[in-house]
Amino acid sequence: MALKETTKQAALIAGSGREITFAQAINEALAEEMRRDSTVFIIGEDVAEAGTPFKVLSGLVEEFGTGRVIDSPISEAGIAGLGVGAAMTGMRPVVDIMFGDFVTLIMDQIVNQAAKIRYMSGGKLKVPMVLRTTLGATRRSAAQHSQSLHAWLSHVPGLKVVLPSNPYDAKGLLKSAIRDDNPVVFFEDKMMYQLKGPVPAGDYTIPLGVAEIKRAGKDITLVATSSMVQVALSAADTLDKGGIGAEVIDVRTTAPLDKATIIESAKKTSRAVVLDEGYEGYGVTAEIASVIAEGAFYYLDAPVKRMGARNVPVPFSPVLEDQTVPTAESVVEAAKTLCGKL
Amino acid sequence: MARPAKSKKKPEAMTSVALDREKALHFYRQMLKIRLFEEQVNQLYLSAKMPGLAHLYIGEEAIAVGVCEALRRDDYITSTHRGHGHCLAKGASVDRMFAELLGKAPGYCRGKGGSMHIADQETGNLGANAIVGGSAGIATGAAMSARMRGSGQVAVCFFGEGAFGQGLLYEVMNMASLWKLPILYVCENNQYNEYTHYRETTAGDVAQRPKAFGIETVAIDGQDVGAVYTSALRLVERARQGKGPAFLICDTYRFHGHHVGDINRAYYRPKKEEEEWKVRRDPVRLLVERLKARKLADDKALAKIEEELRREIEAGVEFALNAPYPDPAEVDQHVYA
Repeated sequence: MALKETTKQAALIAGSGREITFAQAINEALAEEMRRDSTVFIIGEDVAEAGTPFKVLSGLVEEFGTGRVIDSPISEAGIAGLGVGAAMTGMRPVVDIMFGDFVTLIMDQIVNQAAKIRYMSGGKLKVPMVLRTTLGATRRSAAQHSQSLHAWLSHVPGLKVVLPSNPYDAKGLLKSAIRDDNPVVFFEDKMMYQLKGPVPAGDYTIPLGVAEIKRAGKDITLVATSSMVQVALSAADTLDKGGIGAEVIDVRTTAPLDKATIIESAKKTSRAVVLDEGYEGYGVTAEIASVIAEGAFYYLDAPVKRMGARNVPVPFSPVLEDQTVPTAESVVEAAKTLCGKL
Repeated sequence: MARPAKSKKKPEAMTSVALDREKALHFYRQMLKIRLFEEQVNQLYLSAKMPGLAHLYIGEEAIAVGVCEALRRDDYITSTHRGHGHCLAKGASVDRMFAELLGKAPGYCRGKGGSMHIADQETGNLGANAIVGGSAGIATGAAMSARMRGSGQVAVCFFGEGAFGQGLLYEVMNMASLWKLPILYVCENNQYNEYTHYRETTAGDVAQRPKAFGIETVAIDGQDVGAVYTSALRLVERARQGKGPAFLICDTYRFHGHHVGDINRAYYRPKKEEEEWKVRRDPVRLLVERLKARKLADDKALAKIEEELRREIEAGVEFALNAPYPDPAEVDQHVYA
């Protein structure tokens, strides 16, 4: 399935040739879905004329008006709750939570309400809502504006969690998220907003729950999410020059998690590094490492290596902050160690 | 902490709309249905036929009935952990309610929700909620959605006075007022946040809180179904016309404990106080007295309604006890749509 998806992507991109930024891809997905479906609307802090502090939504209020691009008070729990209620009654809200760190303020609405309403009602009610937020450190924003907390939400049954790693995926995955009948939390790497990549102008979607092999290799598997996919691809380039073929898997969604693609790759290469920008403790890397251990144990030639954010609050000083996130260099070193070539 | 002296302020006097015989008897039927339903729930609990817990609505029936009678069938409500009364008043059927309480397959949520999570899309019930104040966002969002879709629907958010302690309520009231959303916040002040009197937990005059957001606020005697209905009707229609949200504070009392297992309550609530409310301010008895005084019904007519309700309740319990449990395989169903 993952390979089929890759082929489709290649074909689409070949026919396009157009390159836009990650932020533009998000903007385009929202605009296209709002044109297609009148029940889609955006609510959040500074989403209208300001277009968010990251300027991701610029131009949308001009096209869709303040009735569908709604500036809210600074009330994260309130707007998340409004989103849940609107979603239950026929709308498809896209709730903007400016920084991923602020999901702490909306946990009851997402975890106890949105995630459980379908189940608690015995399948009668649904919550087709998207919650867009950010992740990622190294923006010198310190401990309360730099975390990657997607593991918390991936832990809760009833939620879907999406982690795009490039402009093409961002557009296709966001369109799927908006059309999905479940609450979907969509994490955007704020350091990636200016990253350019090929994105077709027309409509396309990428299914939630399907990982993609971003680069094939036979010696080691690098499983990565969001920001760490670019790190893994860069590491794979370096490893290739040293004679190590690294296969890079972008999980794209942590919930649902495409276990089959990950296990299949680990069986093939016999070695794996798992990369994620969330805290390493009790995190996404632990979950994926256990998937590999349970699914490919007898094929492994080395223990699975986990690389997440260091277990410290994200510090301000660049000298300190840069140590907290895995880099291409540290991934190369870890991969070489696993391959016995250090 | 010491309990401050009670406010001398009387609830706002409301002139009830004149109820005709048919409406008055319907109110009686709905209130008594809730009363008898809850008495049966208590029995099911005491006889160990019901798993878990239940929070009885006995003593507060006039609020659910008075408010829901002012609503259209497609208007929305959100309810609380003490929510059986709201569900029934909005039109839920007794048999499927009991089935849900017993965790049976024909229950409103196929046994997945239980007492604290009954939802019924058919009657606009977006669900009871076991987080205090947790549905304030959902109800306000439903009101926003009604506005966006131009459906003319109104949302009602029921909650107890304990929700005054939750920040979410203030966040969404602010937005409801800013955007003139069609919502009625109904505070059932039964005096106790679980096992603590609300005056030990709640500063100032609570009516000033919604007023500070510019929300039309009315405080009434929640034991008087006519007063509740009259106020609700006015505030709901006002909201429907786009004139903005309203807040209805209903003074009431929980005749039983916080939940069915809360039997010995003297340490937080004087028995004398309980007796006073039960004798002087029982909403069902108050309605009966009014019906008789206005010669809208005699003992015979009331007894007939009670008899019919007892049969309905009995049949509902029978249905639920005999109903099948969900297939164990259903545990994995309905996690995702």
